Amino acid sequence: MSYRRLAEQQPAAFAFRPEYEPKIAREIAKYPPGRQQSAVIALLWFGQEQEGWVTRPMIEDIARRLSMPYIRVLEVATFYTMFHLAPVGRHHLQVCTTTPCWLRGSDDVVAACKKHIAPTPKTVSADGLFSWEEVECLGACVNAPMLQIGKDFYEDLDGPTTEKLLEAFRAGKPPAPGPQKPGRKSSEPEGGALTLKDPQLYKGGYSRKTGT
Amino acid sequence: MLQDKDRIFTNLYGFEDWTLEGAKKRGNWDGTKDIIARGHDAIIDEIKKSGLRGRGGAGFATGLKWSFMPKEVKDRPHYLVVNADESEPGTCKDRDIMRNDPHTLVEGCLIASFAMRAHTCYIYIRGEFIRERERLQAAIDQAYEAKLIGRNNIHGWDFDCYVHHGAGAYICGEETALLESLEGKKGQPRLKPPFPANAGVWGCPTTVNNVETIAMVPTILRRGASWFASFGRPNNTGTKVFCISGHVNKPCNVEEEMSIPLKELIERHAGGVRGGWDNLMAVIPGGSSMPVLSKEQADTMLMDFDSLAAVKSGLGTAAVIVMDKSTDIIKAFARLAYFYKHESCGQCTPCREGCGWMWRVLTRMQKGNAKVEEIDLLYEVTKQIEGHTICAFGEGASWPVQGFIRHFRPEIERRIAAHHGRDAMPMQEAAE
Repeated sequence: MSYRRLAEQQPAAFAFRPEYEPKIAREIAKYPPGRQQSAVIALLWFGQEQEGWVTRPMIEDIARRLSMPYIRVLEVATFYTMFHLAPVGRHHLQVCTTTPCWLRGSDDVVAACKKHIAPTPKTVSADGLFSWEEVECLGACVNAPMLQIGKDFYEDLDGPTTEKLLEAFRAGKPPAPGPQKPGRKSSEPEGGALTLKDPQLYKGGYSRKTGT
Repeated sequence: MLQDKDRIFTNLYGFEDWTLEGAKKRGNWDGTKDIIARGHDAIIDEIKKSGLRGRGGAGFATGLKWSFMPKEVKDRPHYLVVNADESEPGTCKDRDIMRNDPHTLVEGCLIASFAMRAHTCYIYIRGEFIRERERLQAAIDQAYEAKLIGRNNIHGWDFDCYVHHGAGAYICGEETALLESLEGKKGQPRLKPPFPANAGVWGCPTTVNNVETIAMVPTILRRGASWFASFGRPNNTGTKVFCISGHVNKPCNVEEEMSIPLKELIERHAGGVRGGWDNLMAVIPGGSSMPVLSKEQADTMLMDFDSLAAVKSGLGTAAVIVMDKSTDIIKAFARLAYFYKHESCGQCTPCREGCGWMWRVLTRMQKGNAKVEEIDLLYEVTKQIEGHTICAFGEGASWPVQGFIRHFRPEIERRIAAHHGRDAMPMQEAAE
C-alpha cells in the first residue's frame, strides 16, 4: 500500500465555484436518498479539478455537504492515489511504468521527464508548468508505453516523442491524444486492422438470428 | 480464425460511428423488446446454455451467477453493478468497448438488469478513464433520449443506468472492494459470506459483472446460445477480446475464438514475437496475476480457462504479455511485485507486509544480491500469503512469483552466482 498524508502547508479556506453546484447535485442524485456518501469520490474530484490538488478545507467542506465525519472523507482522499495531496504542475504527467509499459521502453519516457521537468517525481518544474510521477498500469497496454496528462492518454511513446510532447505543451499547442506513432489510430495492430473489414458489419450487421 | 460476421464488438477500434445511430447500423438495440418479452428466467437459461463465463478474470459461469439473485424482489431493491475498473496490468479491452462500442454495454445492462429483476445499474469505471467515462455517459444519455432506458421506456422495464467513477485503486476491481468504494468508502474488500447476491451494495442483492461479459449478452441472446457455444472447446465457449502487449511486432486488441492456440494468436494478429518465435522467453497469458508460461508451454498452449488451469496458470482477463529473450526477467517480475506492493489495500497483514517483502527480495535477486536458499524462502512466503487473505489479491500477488520461480529458478541462480563472483558477502536485508 502507499503511504499518503496531507501536505503540511494548507490554504485557509475552500469553496466550490458556483458552476460546480449543478454538477454536485447531479452526482448526489445518482444514489438513493440517504446514500449521498457515495458521491464523495466525485466531489473530491471536482475539488481537485478546481484547485489542482486536495486540501484540508476542501475535505472539511465535502464532509459537511455529504454529512460525513471528516475522517471518512480523509480516508478516501488518502486511499485513492489519483488525489494529489500537494500542488502539482499545470500539466501533471502520469507515466505508466508497470511491466507491459516497461517492456516497451517506459524507462525512456521517465528519463525524458527527469531531464525536461524535474529529476524527482511530484516536483513542480521551475516554470510551474509541469510535474510528473510514475503510476501503475493505466490500461492502455497495447499502446505502450504511454502517459496521461489531464484527461487524455498519449500512447505509443518513446524518448524523443515524449520530449516533443512536452515541447508542444510548453508552447500551448498540445497534440491530439492517442497514439503518437504516425498511422496508428487506436488499439489496432500497427499498419492497419486485420479484422473487422467485412462491409456487411456496418450495414445492419449479422446480429439477428436470421443472419441478415 | 474467427470470421468478421461472428464478432460481437464490431467497432472495437473505433473506426466507425460510436453513437446510437451507428450502433443501430451494426445491429445493436435490435429486437431488444423481443428479448425482454422472453422473461427473466428464459434469459438466464439461455445465458447458462451459451456457456458464457465471466470475462473479468475469475471465469465464473455468468448464468449461474445471475441465478443466485433472489427470485422475487422483497423489501430490498436489486442492483446490477458493472465492473469497469479495468486495471489488471496488460488488460485494455473494456476501455475499447466503452469508448468505441458503448451501446453494446448499455443494452447489456438493460437486459441483464431485467433478467435479475433490477431497475438500477451502476457502472463503476476506473478514475483514469476520463474520456471513456464521458463517452459512456454520452451513450447512456442517447439511450435515455431515445427512451430505450429510463422510466416508461419502450421496453417496458423501468431502468436507470448511472456511471460512477473511482480514483485510482486496483483493488476496487475486487467485487466487494468495488461495492465499498461505490458506497463512498475506502476500497477494502469485505469478508464473504454474505455474498453480494444476498447483501451487496447498501445491503441489497447485487450482482457484479465485468464490462465485456455484460456487453456480450445482447448478441448472445439475439443469435442464440448454440451460436455462441459453437466457438471454443466445451466449458470454454464463445469469443473473447484478447490484448496482446509486450515484445511482439504489432501489439493490438483483437476479438478471437476461445481456445485459439497462443502461437496462432500472436503470429496471426500481433505480427509475431519480436525476432521470431524462437526468440520467445516467456508469456504471461492472462494479465499480471496469472502465472507465467515458459516457451515450451507457449508452443502448444490453447487460450482457454481449462488448458491454462491445467498448467497452473489461468486465462484471467486474456491479456497476453509477451517477453522475448532480451528481457531481464527478474526485473520484469520485481516490477510486478512492486505493483502489488503499491496496490495492496493494507487490510490483511500477510498481503500488506508480504507484498513489500516479496518486492524487496526480488529487487535484491535482480542484482544477484541474495542467497540461493532465499529462492525457496521466497516461494514459501508466497504460500503463506496465498489463501490467508480476505480477497483474492493475495493469490494475485503470489501466483506470478510462484510461476516465475517454477520456470526461471536457473536464471535466478545464475544471477546470484555471477554477483557472488564479484562480491562474496550478500546483503541480507528484507525488513523495512
